[in-house]
Amino acid sequence: MQLVLEKRAERSRTIALVSPLIAIALTLITMSVLFAILGKNPITALGVYFIAPLTDGYSLQEIAVKATPLVMIAIGLSLCYLANAWNIGAEGQFLIGAVAGSWIAVTTQGTEAGHWVLPAMLVAGAVAGALYALIPALCRVRFGASEILTSLMLVYVADLLLDYLVRGPWRDPAGFNFPTTAEFDPVATVPVLIEGGRLHLGSIIALIVVAGAFVLLDRTIKGFEIRVVGVAPRAARFGGFNANQLVLLTFAVSGALAGLAGIIEVAGPIGHLQPGISPGYGFTAIIVAFLGRLNPIGILIAGLFLALTFIGGEQAQITMKIPLDVTKVFQGILLFYVLACDSLILYRFKLVFAARQVQSAAR
Amino acid sequence: MLDPGPADLHAQQPLLQTVGLTKRYGDFLANDEIDIEIFPREIHALLGENGAGKSTLVKTIYGLVQPSAGELRWQGAPVRLSGPAEARSLGIGMVFQHFSLFDNLTVAENVALGLDGKEPFKAVSARLADVARDYGLPLDPKREVWQLSVGERQRIEIVRALMQNPKFLILDEPTAVLTPQEADQLFVVLERLKAEGRAILYISHKLDEVKRLCDTATILRGGRKVATCNPKSETAASLARMMVGAEIKEVKPPTERRTTVPRLVVNDLTLAPAELHGVRLQNVSFELKGGEILGIAGVAGNGQDELFAALSGERLVKEPGTIIIDGLACGNLSITQRRKMGAAFVPEERLGHGTAPRMRLSENALLTGHAASDMVRHGFINAAATLRTVDRTTETFDVRKAKRDPEAASLSGGNLQKFVVGREILRAPAVLVVNQPTWGVDAGAAAIIRQALIDLASAGAAVLVTSQDLDELLEIADRIAVMFHGHLSPALPRADATREKLGLLMGGASLDQKEAAHAAGA
Amino acid sequence: MLLVEAIILSVLAASTPLLLAATGELVTERAGVLNLGVEGMMIVGAACGFAGAWVSGSIIVGALCGIVAGMLTSLIFAFMTLGLAVNQVATGLALTILGIGLSGLIGARFVGERITTAPKLSIPGLTDIPLVGRILFGEDAFVYLSLALIIGVWWFLYRTRAGLVLRACGDNHVSAHALGYPVLRIRMLAVLFGGACAGLAGAYLPLAYTPFFIPGMTAGRGWIALALVVFASWRPGRLVIGAYLFGAVTILQLHAQGAGVGIPSQFMSALPYLATVIVLVLLSRARTGGSTAPAALGTVFVPDR
Repeated sequence: MQLVLEKRAERSRTIALVSPLIAIALTLITMSVLFAILGKNPITALGVYFIAPLTDGYSLQEIAVKATPLVMIAIGLSLCYLANAWNIGAEGQFLIGAVAGSWIAVTTQGTEAGHWVLPAMLVAGAVAGALYALIPALCRVRFGASEILTSLMLVYVADLLLDYLVRGPWRDPAGFNFPTTAEFDPVATVPVLIEGGRLHLGSIIALIVVAGAFVLLDRTIKGFEIRVVGVAPRAARFGGFNANQLVLLTFAVSGALAGLAGIIEVAGPIGHLQPGISPGYGFTAIIVAFLGRLNPIGILIAGLFLALTFIGGEQAQITMKIPLDVTKVFQGILLFYVLACDSLILYRFKLVFAARQVQSAAR
Repeated sequence: MLDPGPADLHAQQPLLQTVGLTKRYGDFLANDEIDIEIFPREIHALLGENGAGKSTLVKTIYGLVQPSAGELRWQGAPVRLSGPAEARSLGIGMVFQHFSLFDNLTVAENVALGLDGKEPFKAVSARLADVARDYGLPLDPKREVWQLSVGERQRIEIVRALMQNPKFLILDEPTAVLTPQEADQLFVVLERLKAEGRAILYISHKLDEVKRLCDTATILRGGRKVATCNPKSETAASLARMMVGAEIKEVKPPTERRTTVPRLVVNDLTLAPAELHGVRLQNVSFELKGGEILGIAGVAGNGQDELFAALSGERLVKEPGTIIIDGLACGNLSITQRRKMGAAFVPEERLGHGTAPRMRLSENALLTGHAASDMVRHGFINAAATLRTVDRTTETFDVRKAKRDPEAASLSGGNLQKFVVGREILRAPAVLVVNQPTWGVDAGAAAIIRQALIDLASAGAAVLVTSQDLDELLEIADRIAVMFHGHLSPALPRADATREKLGLLMGGASLDQKEAAHAAGA
Repeated sequence: MLLVEAIILSVLAASTPLLLAATGELVTERAGVLNLGVEGMMIVGAACGFAGAWVSGSIIVGALCGIVAGMLTSLIFAFMTLGLAVNQVATGLALTILGIGLSGLIGARFVGERITTAPKLSIPGLTDIPLVGRILFGEDAFVYLSLALIIGVWWFLYRTRAGLVLRACGDNHVSAHALGYPVLRIRMLAVLFGGACAGLAGAYLPLAYTPFFIPGMTAGRGWIALALVVFASWRPGRLVIGAYLFGAVTILQLHAQGAGVGIPSQFMSALPYLATVIVLVLLSRARTGGSTAPAALGTVFVPDR
């Protein structure tokens, strides 16, 4: 018995829409099996993971808060991946953005600085993220070094830099030796949308980013360039589109978005700079980008869904003693299923028995 | 219909026979109940247009493709081939059209990979040299394939097949990449193989060759066998009719055109290769006037792709004056800027170069149309304008497709080529540079495309056609030059451009030498 | 023990996981498959290796567990990229994400446990030779195994027919298929070999390098191994040099930290990562003529039947 792929004449648009749903369904089935192995009731566990967080206002706000960085980073990554530029260092760009923005917050701390502080922090975060992302992009464009490896290596470097700063020069003297800066001043804090709630201005920014990306990709020639250069690089060159320029552009934009997400996270929900400000947003955003089929609207939905798994995972740990790593396993399995189902858009799967009998196993 | 051919042929059992051989890909019948018999000491032609099912049939015979129905008989006994290794062990050898070689391995390694592996590597190298010498196909076992010319690469394929001492040899379009003289040398080898008692299945669409070389011809059309005949007693026209199934529309020969001012001038263009195994362009110069078609002949891989890249602006040259379009130096200008100056380009590879295969036709219209049209305004795409181009191209050039705006990859080769050429011609370019305009295209589409090129020139444009098909160039070009190792020969007027002269130039001889040899012989 | 000798010994140990993982990836890539999931396979190998050794009390059982775990994870990769023709880069990333989660799940209950690490060899007479004795005969068996493995890989690739076929698949899968070679099956075996090596490389960390398991203990070594294959231009000989150079960078920064050089420890710890970036840039820059990578590396192949 053998699995054979048969190329479709055209991409299947139906499957393009349905494939993420099939992937999610398959993931839920796999997770049930995993819960059973861990000795937990799968139905209860799935309920805690995916239903409970949707039933109270606090969790709903928290989902939006978690989805904010995921969506912003994933939008940037999707531009890179569409252009066949593999930025997998968004985690590092997120951290650098957080560090750069925090620098303004730390240096203006306790001064009379006015309302320019937060906008300046956001700009600093975005610019720093973009510059940091441009390092691997330039290495690829100028020297042909694999951007995959260089962007990933810089994650570790950014992590160590942040660690050094909060343990060294920026440590809060009144912080009982904890590696953290002091709480940011109110002018250096992202305002919440609902008094006393968690939802903050960053979520609005994320929505604007989604809308912008949609217009860019769907309506403008620049978006067309990005899409062509990814699927048919030679045709793109023939069309007069400069692949190197697009690598730099998409890396810069994605770095800027990751950096912006980083500083919003620090100046918003967290309120100070410390190690571990990201539970792997930069890597989870890769899953969000693919689950959203590299489409801005899809990414918005996918971001909310993965945010749900973070919240659900935390609750499952508290109420059912399910280890937090289950969430990571869940995310990894989901990405596998998403990629596998995407293959159905281009191919039909057939199981071939013996040499001659051909049977259709799946469409 | 069936002509017995040489009397002794049918006295014996067929060496290989297919009975009702059928191959289905989804809903598509690539081969539909094909019966064919091939005898020892026979050169059997397999004729058909692109998409007629020739490749599928030979892949089935070589064990690469499993038939959906029907059977294969070898010396009378039914066989089921699990793969090429089994076919080879029976005595079936194959020379592929797009070679099955490994660029970064040596000749000896390439040959060893085509054998069953029981022979030690050193012995393979030694025997390789013997076989190569014996058949007059010299090869250096230690060189890596990328260093070799196309003709030498084909030699590897042939020697590799011969080293298995095959009873039956399949050659898929072997002369497509050869100069006429190299083809003649190949025919000598084939005649010898036939005399040694082997059978040969010879795939080609060059009817003159088939008439000259082959004892029998089987003609396929749309996946079915149309006829088996003796090609020597047919005319090229009658064979073509069987292949196409209708009279082919004759291309109206170029009428007397008035040539105008030079519209494309290339001055001493020298360019280092961009790719690892590329060709260096050496002092290429020519001048092309409005109203004129200049043909560039040559064996593949002699710098045609590099010339296209330089002319189109996919690669830039430092000195702007090296390339002049309509009087403007543009060697350092991008392809988009050149399009704005009225130039248009059609590359050899339709899928992946001329178009993005998985994008819709309207998006592929935008690919080249964004430079100079109403398709883009202030950075925003005018979708209606891109669709209009698709519709106009479809109408003017009879592009057949399943829906209004399908993906490029879903079109047949001929229809996609009509779209790619039509997309450019509708922009009424001043200069059109086209590489292999009818490569792998059915006869009907080829006629439409060639006519369109002639009409464009008649309307005053300068047209540069690069092609490996000498017949095509002799049909449409006013002058023909030849590329060899990155050099371009002076252009010969069509009246002077005989196949023999062009063939010598394609093989690297300069015409002075040739004329000297001629004088010495006279 | 002399300081130099101590440094060389620790360099050998630090280099071994890099060399093992890179050896596997080299074979995988020579067959034309780019498996970016080395980090994921390594960390799963580390967790399973430690679990196996802790439960059985045997280092060998632990190593075998690591190998099997690496192979199983690489099997997922093989099924996705070869069976379903999914993009290799994306699948490799997915494998890493999954591997990190899985290792956390598997290793959670072993965090804080300790085992006795693999013994250093002691061959009477030989190990006692001054200066070179301990280096040549006094390290743990994995160090010598990794060297034997890379020599074996060299011999396989350049001296056997199977190696020739594997290289052919990496050069041009269409040609290899046309000649009747089972490209996908050959690639699957190469991926599995890569998985086994990565699993063993991961297991080396808790079995020989440190006596305990901590989540994320591979700390990017899988990615560095990938960079090493590029550094080595896909040639086994240069891979050994590269692995030991990187091992040396790691150890020297540790010693520098220990010696109390006036540079913050985080900056020293960042050295191996920065070195990787710099090496990749210098190397790519030096190779202007083109790449020496296998021509079919990372491309999807769907045979036409």
